[in-house]
Amino acid sequence: MKKRFKHALVIGASSGIGAALVRQLASEGCRVAALARREDKLRELTRDAGEDQVITRVHDVTAIDEVPALFQEIARDLGGLDLVIYAAGIMRPVAFDEFNTEADLEMIRTNYEGAVAWLNPAAERFGAVGRGCIVGIGSVAGDRGRSGNPAYGSSKAALDTYLEALRNRIARKGVRVVTIKPGFVDTEMIAGIPGLFWVISPEKAARIILKKASRGVREAYVPARWRLVMAIIRRIPSFIFRHLKV
Amino acid sequence: MLPASRLEWIQGWGESQGAAAYLFRPSTIGNLQDCLQLARDKKISLVSRGSGCSYGDAALLPEGICLNFSRMQRILAWDPSTGIIDVEPGVSLRRLWRYVLGDGWWPPVVTGTMEPTVGGCLSMNVHGKNNWVRGTFSEHCVEFDLLQADGSLRTIRREEEPELFNAVAGSFGMLGIVTRMRLKMKRVASGMLEVRAVSAPDLETMLRLTDEAKDQWEYVVAWIDAFPGGKKLGRGLLHFGRHLEKGEEPRPEQSLRIENQDLPEELFHILPKSSMWRLLKPWTNRVGMSWINRLKYLAGATIGENALYQQSLAEFSFLLDYVPNWKKIYSPGGLIQHQSFVPVNQAEDVFRRQLELCRKMRLPSFLAVLKRHRPDDCLMGHGLDGFSLALDFPVRAGKRERLWKLVAAMGEMVVEAGGRFYPAKDAALPGEIYRSTFQDGQIEKFLSIKQEMDPEMRLRSLLAERLLGIG
Ligand SMILES: Cc1cc2nc3c(=O)[nH]c(=O)nc-3n(C[C@H](O)[C@H](O)[C@H](O)COP(=O)(O)OP(=O)(O)OC[C@H]3O[C@@H](n4cnc5c(N)ncnc54)[C@H](O)[C@@H]3O)c2cc1C
Ligand SMILES: NC(=O)c1ccc[n+]([C@@H]2O[C@H](COP(=O)([O-])OP(=O)(O)OC[C@H]3O[C@@H](n4cnc5c(N)ncnc54)[C@H](OP(=O)(O)O)[C@@H]3O)[C@@H](O)[C@H]2O)c1
Repeated sequence: MKKRFKHALVIGASSGIGAALVRQLASEGCRVAALARREDKLRELTRDAGEDQVITRVHDVTAIDEVPALFQEIARDLGGLDLVIYAAGIMRPVAFDEFNTEADLEMIRTNYEGAVAWLNPAAERFGAVGRGCIVGIGSVAGDRGRSGNPAYGSSKAALDTYLEALRNRIARKGVRVVTIKPGFVDTEMIAGIPGLFWVISPEKAARIILKKASRGVREAYVPARWRLVMAIIRRIPSFIFRHLKV
Repeated sequence: MLPASRLEWIQGWGESQGAAAYLFRPSTIGNLQDCLQLARDKKISLVSRGSGCSYGDAALLPEGICLNFSRMQRILAWDPSTGIIDVEPGVSLRRLWRYVLGDGWWPPVVTGTMEPTVGGCLSMNVHGKNNWVRGTFSEHCVEFDLLQADGSLRTIRREEEPELFNAVAGSFGMLGIVTRMRLKMKRVASGMLEVRAVSAPDLETMLRLTDEAKDQWEYVVAWIDAFPGGKKLGRGLLHFGRHLEKGEEPRPEQSLRIENQDLPEELFHILPKSSMWRLLKPWTNRVGMSWINRLKYLAGATIGENALYQQSLAEFSFLLDYVPNWKKIYSPGGLIQHQSFVPVNQAEDVFRRQLELCRKMRLPSFLAVLKRHRPDDCLMGHGLDGFSLALDFPVRAGKRERLWKLVAAMGEMVVEAGGRFYPAKDAALPGEIYRSTFQDGQIEKFLSIKQEMDPEMRLRSLLAERLLGIG
């Protein structure tokens, strides 16, 4: 198979979409650095793909001070870098009338602040060398202020706007910035949540994401049918949206 | 932390390969020592880079420190009575000839472009169109200072330590950083050459004429039209040059003035040369290039046949600088070159098979150059008593793999014939093929010197990793 990327960094790689991305990249011959908190899960990736192919680092994205040095160290150990994917994310279950500030801020720190901490150095580097691809995994949940999970949705909305701004800064230097908005993907994050539909496997999601990344599209819904759905949902006036159970 | 602001995308001259590295521009030995220390602290390696004229990956090192010598280009001492000059490594051949010519001297070995630095020339041990007569660059170097990987500086003189001298020269920067060198220039009585142009209808004639000319002319170079096969295979034009001697020119002090050497800015007095490549670009494909090569041959073989004329030293020597930026015709994929060195007796057979293979694989060379060589003394040298054929190929999306296969296949032919390869021109050769051109024990010897002088492998490059497994 043709190698689309040579050296990739996946943040949030121990399970779900991130792990599937690591496996697919490695199978194409790309060298990958996989980051997350759970060491045992990361070790499985190395075991399956080989230490030559996948290197791992235990890292909590909320430890923002570690990021700049770690970023440089990973580029050195990989021997280059042309793709950075931010897939780390959490979704804390919140009841409809619950306001849990601690849980909300944790989501914001992981889903948004961590992304800024990692993608800033990525953007600086790629901008300087005039090439590279940045992928951020947002969510359809960021497209509207749904009542179900205010902090999760807004962390993804913030990520969306941040990625758009990055793109506007560095696209002209030859860097691709890709916003991915998955619908439902069969991972630990949504395990046990009832009433989901159009659920795809993380492998399928990873396949689509890598295809979009190599083409350098600006934004992709995964799978694509969500684009239409979200286009409609985005156009529903707020005073009606308020009464809908979505 | 390494300063992120120093990170740059650096490419080989052919622009078919590149890597991100931290670029430093040291201006003193102290700066260089700091760079070595920084690399040690950060557990990374360094690569020296002159003007980056090596076609492939010789001066590339991903995520390493890339040393640029543009702030180390001082002329330290010049004695116009002996022709001995002391220079820093970043001095280019351009600066060198312009500095010495007025006093009646010329660099004894120059490359087809005047951009390379003397540091790069010594480290690749370059050759000129007079390789048969003058040997390689290092033969005109008396001594050099080498900053070793441990940060210590030492002077290496050819007379005193010939073995070490010849191990460092031509070792593509793997044994240390050259920080100064002493060179001996060649006396010239005039800034002009007498040039003869002749054509050869086929490869056999081409090789014979080149060989015959080497004993009568200082400079011998041939251009080959790599497109036709059959009886016309290997046809091309030859140029021979010799320095005008005392008394042959009425006012030599005129031609020795650098202003009178400058290459004209316009072609035919009208076309600005800086945009010439734009005119060529639409022809940069198999059909277009085949016509350009054919017309060039036919013009040379008819109008130009057996012409005898005078040309300035710079014009003749640096033909490739004539059309600035000509490599842009190959963008976006860039180009690679493959230069095979083959012993005299096998040359015709090997070059014939190489040119036929290019035709068969539909990957013709757009520019092919033939030279005559003699052996050199360097441990990692590429010289031999024979000919070299340098072939330029465009790198096109989708054809890269096939091109790399072609290079390997051409390489096998060279190995069978007991030939050599030249790392400065290479980008694609598999390491096994390169290594098998050395005598038993030679590579091991080089690697043990490397191990001794740089046990931490602080000095590395993509090329050294690919060809020698250093890294
Ligand atoms: C158009 C063209 C024509 C050419 N014609 C010829 C020709 O006729 N004959 C010929 O022999 N070659 C020829 N070359 C090749 C060229 O001369 C060599 O590649 C030469 O080494 C380039 O010098 P540079 O300063 O650009 O060095 P670079 O290409 O930057 O580096 C070459 C090597 O030298 C090392 N190096 C550079 N500086 C130092 C230093 N101070 N200390 C230690 N190591 C150092 C680098 O690490 C690298 O391995 C040609 C190249 C081009 C582009
Ligand atoms: N699944 C879906 O339906 C869906 C839909 C839309 C968007 N998404 C988004 O897709 C992304 C991937 O999620 P997923 O579905 O694959 O779920 P997942 O299996 O739970 O994966 C989340 C990944 O993020 C890592 N992570 C979480 N917190 C971290 C922290 N503090 N530091 C470092 N790593 C951390 C996790 O590793 P550790 O726990 O080992 O640290 C894990 O590898 C998330 O951004 C999610 O919001 C998912």
